[in-house]
Amino acid sequence: MSEYASILLDDPVWMIIVKGLLVFILCVLLTLAAVYGERKIVARMQLRVGPNRAGPGGMLVSLADGVKLALKEDIIPKAADRIVFILAPVISAATCFLAFAVIPMTGVVSFFGEETIMQLTDIPVGVLYVLAATSIGVYGIVLAGWSSGSTYPLLGGLRSSAQVISYEIAMGLSFVAVFMYAGSMSTGDIVQAQSQWWNAVVLFPSFVIYVISMVGETNRAPFDLAEAEGELVGGFHTEYSSLKFALFFLAEYVNIIAVSALATTLFLGGPSAPPGLGFTESWLGGWFTFIWFLLKVFLFFFLFVWLRGTLPRLRYDQFMKFGWKVLIPVSVAWILVVATLRLLTQEGASQFIIAAFTGGVVLAVLIATSLYESSKKKAEDAARYVPEMPAPKFPVPALPKAKIEEVE
Amino acid sequence: MTGEVIVFWTLAPLTVLAALGMLLVKKAVHSAILLAFVMIALAVFYLIQEAPFLGVVQIVVYTGAVMMLFLFILMLVGVDSSDSLVENIKGLRGVAIFTSLAFAAALTSLIARATTGRDPVGLEIANGNGNVQGLAGLIFGTYVWAFEIISALLITAALGAMVLAHTQKSPEARLSQRVRATARFRGESIGTAAGLPGSGVFARHNAVDVPALLPDGTPSDLSISNLIAQRGDVQEVKRYSLEGLPKLDGEDKK
Repeated sequence: MSEYASILLDDPVWMIIVKGLLVFILCVLLTLAAVYGERKIVARMQLRVGPNRAGPGGMLVSLADGVKLALKEDIIPKAADRIVFILAPVISAATCFLAFAVIPMTGVVSFFGEETIMQLTDIPVGVLYVLAATSIGVYGIVLAGWSSGSTYPLLGGLRSSAQVISYEIAMGLSFVAVFMYAGSMSTGDIVQAQSQWWNAVVLFPSFVIYVISMVGETNRAPFDLAEAEGELVGGFHTEYSSLKFALFFLAEYVNIIAVSALATTLFLGGPSAPPGLGFTESWLGGWFTFIWFLLKVFLFFFLFVWLRGTLPRLRYDQFMKFGWKVLIPVSVAWILVVATLRLLTQEGASQFIIAAFTGGVVLAVLIATSLYESSKKKAEDAARYVPEMPAPKFPVPALPKAKIEEVE
Repeated sequence: MTGEVIVFWTLAPLTVLAALGMLLVKKAVHSAILLAFVMIALAVFYLIQEAPFLGVVQIVVYTGAVMMLFLFILMLVGVDSSDSLVENIKGLRGVAIFTSLAFAAALTSLIARATTGRDPVGLEIANGNGNVQGLAGLIFGTYVWAFEIISALLITAALGAMVLAHTQKSPEARLSQRVRATARFRGESIGTAAGLPGSGVFARHNAVDVPALLPDGTPSDLSISNLIAQRGDVQEVKRYSLEGLPKLDGEDKK
């Protein structure tokens, strides 16, 4: 059993309830902050001011949004399947909070005299549990699309189900290297295994693959094909209004924060301080680690907003091709490399063999990329190639000299 | 009462109800939702019986991927498709009843053999080194051959499905945009290089089934979609000629 799990094991029942409540409150508050933050940051990127009416600097805009949504008329279309139509946003909003149960948000702290960690539970398959929670969350989107009884939502639901299944594979594969490195699937163990080097450095390819697939998994720009307004109006939530739409809204932002928190846990050392600032971890009786955790989550959230402000939406077939033909093969190859290296070090192979293997892998990658580049160039040349065709039978404007003589 | 007992007795009746509902509801999608519920409930049972890996994988694989594909197909088939009760293949009902009875008998005998005359010991010993490690030892140690053979079978099945469903695109479709543009300007006639004439665009009629008139008054067949021409729905231009004006025929000029 991990150290985290044994610390969490003696939590009294009241503390578990309080922690659950705190997680819920934190998620809702972070969502409010995220909506405001996103609008402000995107506005800055587009040389606008952004929301500036409600509250100082427009800070209350997300509250105003929430009140507006709640007071709107709640419409259920005639063609909708009533039960599923109501069930879908509930599934979406309920499952998005589940992931936070296994995320360690602080180091060891004292909470009303009890020594604990701000994490609900540390199960041995913690990371897979997060994957499971998000995969149930997709049901909300898919069922919303189907139950609305109209075409655009249905297409949006279909797109998102295909999209999430595809990107979940890449995401799951990016976890494998982390599991092998930490020797465990529990979030607590993974955080502890990063006490020397963060996984984002050691397992950089996994980190990149995870970051890409987390954007695909949460239906965010540039992968927001499930709600592409240019093609599908609003996608799966076209027919939703009022509080039901607000639930989807909440679920989307909580999901973003959840995948960001998971990225923090898996690749950025969770609540531990950045290298060189380790002395801060004992400040405020350990609570200062929570600030590090939040900062890392905000970093990922900023990345989400940055992507949205920068990149145009991908075409659907390109997006699927990228997921299946690039992300998945690359992660499988990377897992093979990591597993071999891991086994070599564990079996006590000599430094020379390990260096030779690493060099071989680097060489293979270089050869593969150069081959890919040359084949891409060939394909471009082929696209430029104009086949020989007979001269037209109709009169044409004067051609270059040699031809003019021929005509005369 | 332990937590396990409370979870079991709240969830088990719901699961049975959902399983029955899955058989009895009319719409295929409702059935699929209830099946997903049953799968998630099963996963919770695994979780509370100290098999966390199995429980989570049950959700990720079955609820997250397999059921989602089911739902995908159901939604593609149609928004309001409900199950048809007509027996399409002869004798299917008999076969189905026989198979389900045989399956029930096999399950009963398995459970009976596993439980009668034995005291359950729980998973404590098996989970001694951790649940995941214990499972890994079984899958990649004791049962490695069975595991590998099943995975080879599954890969073969997936490949077979892909080969069967794959369609080769015709080489014409792969011509690049540039080649097609060039071909248009070096083709037989420059007249259509800028696009075919639109249909019926003149003052007296404006519809897809009337040919356009060329400047010399002849109707142009190119302005009519092939599909309409094949159906024989093309109207004659003559019908729209007016008294006292030149004939809209073009026949005399040909």
